[in-house]
Amino acid sequence: MTAGQVAIALHLLAVRTPFSVPAPLMNALQVVLLVLVAAGATGVVLVREPARQAIALSAYGLLLALMFLALQAPDVTLSELTVGAVALPLLLMLTLAKVRKREK
Amino acid sequence: MTLAQRRWLFLAGMAILAGFYLWGLTALPGFGHYPGPYGFVINRVAVAQTKATGVVSAVNFEYRGFDTVGEEFILFIAATGVATVLRQLRNERTGGQTGDEALGPGSSETTDAVRLASLVFVGPAVLFGWYLGSHAQTSPSGGFQGGVVLATAFVLIYLAGAVLAFRRISPVNLVDAVGAVGAGGFAAVGITAVALGLPYLTNFLGLGSVPGAVSSSGTIALISFFVGIEVAAAFVLIVGELLEQTLLVQRRAR
Amino acid sequence: MEVFPFVVVVWILAVGLYGIVTSRHLVHQIVCLIVVQSSTYVLLLGVGYVSGAVAPYFSDVKVHTPAVDPVVQALALTDVVVEAAVTALLLAFAIQAFKRFGTLDPQELVSLKG
Repeated sequence: MTAGQVAIALHLLAVRTPFSVPAPLMNALQVVLLVLVAAGATGVVLVREPARQAIALSAYGLLLALMFLALQAPDVTLSELTVGAVALPLLLMLTLAKVRKREK
Repeated sequence: MTLAQRRWLFLAGMAILAGFYLWGLTALPGFGHYPGPYGFVINRVAVAQTKATGVVSAVNFEYRGFDTVGEEFILFIAATGVATVLRQLRNERTGGQTGDEALGPGSSETTDAVRLASLVFVGPAVLFGWYLGSHAQTSPSGGFQGGVVLATAFVLIYLAGAVLAFRRISPVNLVDAVGAVGAGGFAAVGITAVALGLPYLTNFLGLGSVPGAVSSSGTIALISFFVGIEVAAAFVLIVGELLEQTLLVQRRAR
Repeated sequence: MEVFPFVVVVWILAVGLYGIVTSRHLVHQIVCLIVVQSSTYVLLLGVGYVSGAVAPYFSDVKVHTPAVDPVVQALALTDVVVEAAVTALLLAFAIQAFKRFGTLDPQELVSLKG
């Protein structure tokens, strides 16, 4: 180990975090959320009907937001929540309404 | 090329890509063992240098402000592109009629539950979006999230079935002007620094004394406000244009 | 746990690309593109994560608390919002393609000329 790595390790040991979840619990949470995100992505792709896919995308956005929160990124969580769960499905639904009415 | 051939070709290419990617993973330091100096350095000096406790927003609008100018203009151009493409289509169909068109009643089949739930959340959404846009330097907030939440407040009015109200409170010229003010304001803050003899986008306003107060951190709060109104205007414009398309078709189908 | 998040990233990328390649509806393709973009967010945040650290906001913790990397969070943050607007532009193009050619099937759109 280089001196730099030793220094960083000592620094991390010396300053204790005030709000800390035990590390194994955080690891387990992240693993569970990663598996759910992978399953969610597969689900979104396998849904072939675009109208249903918009709802699946909304649920996937929520899962992603939880994943970002577990990775200690609250700003990205806020963005993903508002965009992925609200704005994107809305845009998709409006486009599909436009396309479907034309078909009639 | 048939679908089956395309599928096999994709699987072969993806296997090669995944192989190289996983081979490259062996050289990474591993998840959680972040080695690089940048993160630690910025975390240590950002609060003292910019008097902003929200380090991510400080990075966005101060340390990497030039990148954020570029990204904001990508958003601005995308919204303008949507408006251009869809307005051109609308003029083609109606044979050149522009301006205010008398809107039909719209779909008035929303239930009372949906209408009530949507209208109840309009006020808190506006308040929350405003809070997010103005507190970039203190807590997890910032112009980008605040702008999207503000746009969501407008969209809730549409969802409540009051389509006419949505179009009346977001007329196209006003939304265009607000978006332009937001994008131009961000660039103007940078150019003001140049006019003062400093490099582009230098933080030239007073930094304040209390780290993380609403009035501290100089241009970070100002830029965040401009970005917020620009993002809100862009999303309201996009939703309005798509909505106009669906209403147009609905009217002609009668 | 050392490489598992990055394996998930390449899985999401592969699944999204598979959806794009074998899609029969333009809007379905656009949603698969959104999935591919989301894999890059997970990659960015996974690279910057520090074990046992808090989020980089120092309004309620001391300044020298170990925190995760804020630079990749700034990148992912603007990325999420900007890609939504670019997706809206892609949807507008899909509407225009439907008006010109009457179909949203990418495999039929390829063979149309003019």
